[in-house]
Amino acid sequence: MEAKQYIGEGWKHAILIIGAIVVMLPFYMMVSMSLKSQQEIQSISGGLIGAQETQTFPVCVKTGYSEETCTMKPYQYNYWFAFEKAPIPRYLMNGVIVTLSIFIIQVLVALPCAYALAKLRFYGREFVFSMVLFCLLIPVHGIALPLYVMLAQAGLVDTYSALILPWTISVFGIFLMRQFFMTVPDELIDAARMDGMGEYAIVWKVMLPTAIPALLAFAIFSVVAHWNDYFWPRMVITGNRDLFTPPLGIREFRGGIDSDEFGPMMASIVTVTVPLIVAFIIAQKRFIEGITLTGMK
Amino acid sequence: MGTISLKNISKSFGSTQVLNNLNVDINDGEFLTLVGPSGCGKSTLLRIIAGLEQQTSGDVLIDNKNVNRVRASERDLAMVFQSYALYPHLTVRRNLETPLRLRDYNAFERLPLIGNFSPSKKEKTESINQLVNKTSETLKISELLDRKPGQLSGGQRQRVALGRAMVREPVAFLMDEPLSNLDAALRVHMRSELSELHNSLKTTFVYVTHDQAEALTMSSRMAVMIDGNLLQLDTPQEVYDNPSSLSVAQFVGSPKINIFKGTADSGGTVSFLNVNLKRKSSESNTDLHIGIRPEHLEITNESNENTFSGTVAYRENLGSDIFFHVNIEDGSNKIIVRGLPQFTHQISNGFNVNIKRVSDKALLFNQAGMRVQFTNA
Repeated sequence: MEAKQYIGEGWKHAILIIGAIVVMLPFYMMVSMSLKSQQEIQSISGGLIGAQETQTFPVCVKTGYSEETCTMKPYQYNYWFAFEKAPIPRYLMNGVIVTLSIFIIQVLVALPCAYALAKLRFYGREFVFSMVLFCLLIPVHGIALPLYVMLAQAGLVDTYSALILPWTISVFGIFLMRQFFMTVPDELIDAARMDGMGEYAIVWKVMLPTAIPALLAFAIFSVVAHWNDYFWPRMVITGNRDLFTPPLGIREFRGGIDSDEFGPMMASIVTVTVPLIVAFIIAQKRFIEGITLTGMK
Repeated sequence: MGTISLKNISKSFGSTQVLNNLNVDINDGEFLTLVGPSGCGKSTLLRIIAGLEQQTSGDVLIDNKNVNRVRASERDLAMVFQSYALYPHLTVRRNLETPLRLRDYNAFERLPLIGNFSPSKKEKTESINQLVNKTSETLKISELLDRKPGQLSGGQRQRVALGRAMVREPVAFLMDEPLSNLDAALRVHMRSELSELHNSLKTTFVYVTHDQAEALTMSSRMAVMIDGNLLQLDTPQEVYDNPSSLSVAQFVGSPKINIFKGTADSGGTVSFLNVNLKRKSSESNTDLHIGIRPEHLEITNESNENTFSGTVAYRENLGSDIFFHVNIEDGSNKIIVRGLPQFTHQISNGFNVNIKRVSDKALLFNQAGMRVQFTNA
């Protein structure tokens, strides 16, 4: 390569690096604050991990623990106290139950719908598809109140059902999968029919495996959206702390008599974020595999 | 065990008529080719036989049973597709097994894990394995069984697709342009392999192609379809020698048949250009189309009332034959003449040549394009 090209490439990388820093900075702050003591956080000192001096934490003592238990290094304290103050494992489990249930039911609904819209000829198909497109335009917040009223009438407020049911039919999922199924050759479906598969068997045994890349893309959208959702759980989970999802759990650390203590709060946020990041990294690897899997022609 | 009858089959998509009252009887063990230009409805007809498409009217009979209301999978037919349509996520072995699993296992045995508890499953699995192994040996794909379709070449995928059709030992094979995705050399090779396979299996083959060469080389009978109509159904030799209409004559044969404008006088004697055929047509006092195939014209030194002359526009050397594209002197026609290399090697573009016809080989067609017979030999 010539020097000129190096400079050109250099510019691109410089811009990308600046972009990456902007995106990464909040994460850096989050991790750093989850490791440091309150004084270091407030005085913005101590670099990434702070001095890590063993000390006694006053908020801990006020909560009712002995001074001995409350004496430790800041990073230990932050994570220990986060788990002491709120049942974080329970919140994480709720998050997993809710997001997985939503995703699985969404797939169960979206795949047959998308298959029918993409590959079957029936009267009114275009109309149904235009309704799907129409539903894409409806903002969630617009229908939140009627939804809440219906759930309340059904006596489902403060249950898992309230968290899951409204999201089980994803028009975005139907639309995305339909677009993908349009690219699957008709001959593959005809071959499956000749082999003796029924329409449902075709959906699960032929279309599903070929649609893995699209399904993973949809999984990322769906899981991230519902794992991070604060608005809807805040509406339908009114009192029962056992049903709190992770974003609701983080709220436990805000305000109160002890004033804001950022260390444990950030520690809890790290715990809530890490599963998503890990899941995404794993999914990303499969995502690339999925793309190379397409061996039709 | 493998006769297929189509009775008065018509098909229309909306207001477009694609198939027009077709009647075809396919005999057991026959290699029948449906041939025609693109869009003539031959693939639709095949899909109707398969049960993937429902005819607008008419009946499909397989082994004398009406299958109008029988689903594709229960007609016991196997189909090979142009794009092969192998399951991309399954290995070759699983691709071959799939039709057998669906046929032999019951719903319970097909369940993952707990299906294995069924007592009869082991036996069935063994017979499936045997069939898959037998088929893959016949087609010489045994060493490919653990690969995925994406890792195979076009020819190998073609074989696997054939294998998936063969394992079930169906009453008939339906093939939708199975060779058109292969390169030229492999295509010619696969023609002979398919013919051999047909000879050894002795099963009915229904083969769709737009390539008249495939139809001529492989089939026991060929059905020429144009614009949704069945124009002629006969042995390849008969279709070539004795086409029923101008369209069939023009479609079958490469290079194309030469068509001259001719006339029949009041006595029925046929002539074209300056040539008098000295034969009488059954229609008199009319304009006719006279078709003469390139191999029935010769380049000659003679010049008499049986020859006509023209200028060589293009010399097409195929090695075994040389085809001369000749502009006829009155400017009305451009015709193709076959010459043998040893007699015509000195002739090149721009030469003026005399052309003689081989007698008794002309075909007559009337203005509507239908065949007209000679009355005397």
